[in-house]
Amino acid sequence: MSEIVIRVENLGKMFRIGAKRERYRTFRDALAGLWRRSGSERSSGTTPFWALKHVSFEIRRGEVVGVIGRNGAGKSTLLKVLSRITEPTEGFAEIRGRVRSLLEVGTGFHPELTGRENVFLNGAILGMQRAEIEARFDEIVTFAEIEQFLDTPVKHYSSGMYLRLAFAVAAHLEPEILIVDEVLAVGDAEFQKKCLGKMEEVARGGRTVVFVSHNMEAVDRLTSRCLSLSDGRLSQDGKTSDVVGNYLRGAERRVGDLACFRVSAIPRTVALVDLWAETPTGEKAATFRQGEPFRIVLRVTSHERLKCDFAIVIESSQQHALYTTHLSDLSEAITTNGSHLLAAELQNPMLRKGQYLVSVAAFSPDLRLFYDVVHHFPLLEVAGTRDKSFPEDARWGALYVPVRWNVSN
Amino acid sequence: MTAPNASTVIRIQPSKGWVSLKLDELWEYRELLYFLTWRDIKVRYKQTALGILWAVIQPVMMMVVFSLFFGKLAGMSSDGRPYAIFSLAGLVPWTFFAYGLAQSSGSLVGSQNLVKKVYFPRLVIPISSVLSGIVDFLIAFAILLAMMPFFHLWPTANVIWLPLLLLLAFVTSLGVGLWLSALNVEYRDVRYMVPFLTQFWMFATPIAYSSSLLDKYPAWKTLYGLNPLVGVVEGFRWALLGTHTRPGPMILVSALSAVLVLVSGAFYFRRMERNFADVV
Repeated sequence: MSEIVIRVENLGKMFRIGAKRERYRTFRDALAGLWRRSGSERSSGTTPFWALKHVSFEIRRGEVVGVIGRNGAGKSTLLKVLSRITEPTEGFAEIRGRVRSLLEVGTGFHPELTGRENVFLNGAILGMQRAEIEARFDEIVTFAEIEQFLDTPVKHYSSGMYLRLAFAVAAHLEPEILIVDEVLAVGDAEFQKKCLGKMEEVARGGRTVVFVSHNMEAVDRLTSRCLSLSDGRLSQDGKTSDVVGNYLRGAERRVGDLACFRVSAIPRTVALVDLWAETPTGEKAATFRQGEPFRIVLRVTSHERLKCDFAIVIESSQQHALYTTHLSDLSEAITTNGSHLLAAELQNPMLRKGQYLVSVAAFSPDLRLFYDVVHHFPLLEVAGTRDKSFPEDARWGALYVPVRWNVSN
Repeated sequence: MTAPNASTVIRIQPSKGWVSLKLDELWEYRELLYFLTWRDIKVRYKQTALGILWAVIQPVMMMVVFSLFFGKLAGMSSDGRPYAIFSLAGLVPWTFFAYGLAQSSGSLVGSQNLVKKVYFPRLVIPISSVLSGIVDFLIAFAILLAMMPFFHLWPTANVIWLPLLLLLAFVTSLGVGLWLSALNVEYRDVRYMVPFLTQFWMFATPIAYSSSLLDKYPAWKTLYGLNPLVGVVEGFRWALLGTHTRPGPMILVSALSAVLVLVSGAFYFRRMERNFADVV
């Protein structure tokens, strides 16, 4: 067994919520605080919130480990503690070797500086030495494909160029231990592919990598071991395929979990409050036989009268969209008024055995405004069938499509 | 910044109370310090329409205003030198100090995108802010030197002390900047306090007037020495214009108070550092 390079023991991080809302204080508050503290205990009304609690694990040299979990499960906090950006409240972590962390690409890029200048600045911020940057400069520029814009201020770059350059610098860090956050979640598909390829290269190079992501496909592809966090605790630690499988199965799902999949920046003038699958006769269920019809039901509420359309995207467990249906495809967009129940019945779902996710959106019919969006919610599982007309084996692809073969000369 | 070798173990754990300054680590990150200073300088001249001219306009305009009101109208004493050059010799080091103070006090809040995403010794941020004022200083200093012959004045041999005096201004600026930048993370009042503090401090420094005004009150003059900028400004005049303001033992009091502010500021900064990323 190779040596342990990261050892985390009983790590915990506490925030005081309430203090979070009024982000900074003024002297006046501090003076008032002095006065108060002399009397009773601080009555500032803040409640402790443990973003991480009792987290312990070890990582050995050369391991590539994924960290998954819902929004707010503590992934980012763990990463920030390991990157020394924030201090833990209890416990400790030990890291052996040259460590670099990448919480975003392009940290410290300045729009007024040129591409060339930013490469040096960003490299220095990420902990590279000047000589190191100079040695890899050409490689970085080639990777980013921005040769002719090298001396243009980056404020004139397209967002694609900007990202490519930013990632190129990051990709040429050569640490022994690399800690990476969702950097792959940005950019277009082409760019993501490139990033993923580079990440694979790094991972194969025998380096220790801790990789945090929402992208299950990427985690599955890159890592062999996976940690799953839930409510700040380490809920699973094991083979990636098992952990990801359990995660997607929603083994950790709780009541009211929908909130964890919601896109938070949206105002929710029309709110998706509940989402479930049921049989055509109205019984709630999470598992269906292959070919069995089912309904996807949404409960929405709104206090405003708004023209509203809905979309449901059925996705594979790898978050690939398989099929999208809009309410307006077959009927009219509705005008919201209080609470509504919408049911989409899939009469012949051609889904194979496996886990399926749905993304749901409520939006204005002209597609200008999104009222609420839920992403990648693990809704149902399709189990095998005894019907011989359905091939049971794991062929490629998520869909079962009745096909008639014809052979002729 | 030098790669710690494989046997280096980083231990991440809660810290309590006062912590070490970790100057060795700061030294490792000297290249980052260089790049951040370089960035501040570059951006400062790129983003402004008048660019480098600002380094000249500020002290020179102040000089004009001071000469008009204090020199001409109020007839202030200027240690036997033309009032214009007398005030400019004070304004040049003062502007360096005031710029450093303003830049560093807002520096941490202004660099929150870095503080939240990357680890490095946070001390680098305010230090580079103060350092970035050096280019402005050099330009203004060159203007000052260029103006002296018009008044038939020539620098004395005492100019060899100028680097030390500049260092004293730097230390004071950084010391106060460290306190304010750390305080600013939690108390945004600092933003409103800095302009006021700078103005107040300017009047407590013999820029528009000569400290000989205080000769009648020796007790007060010693206390006056607690303001390190007094020694800096007087020293500049003494070295450049040959006035009789050779900094005496008082400059030791100045240096001591400057170092005290710097060291206490650095420790306070390090103590508050653990919360920066969470609060900023």
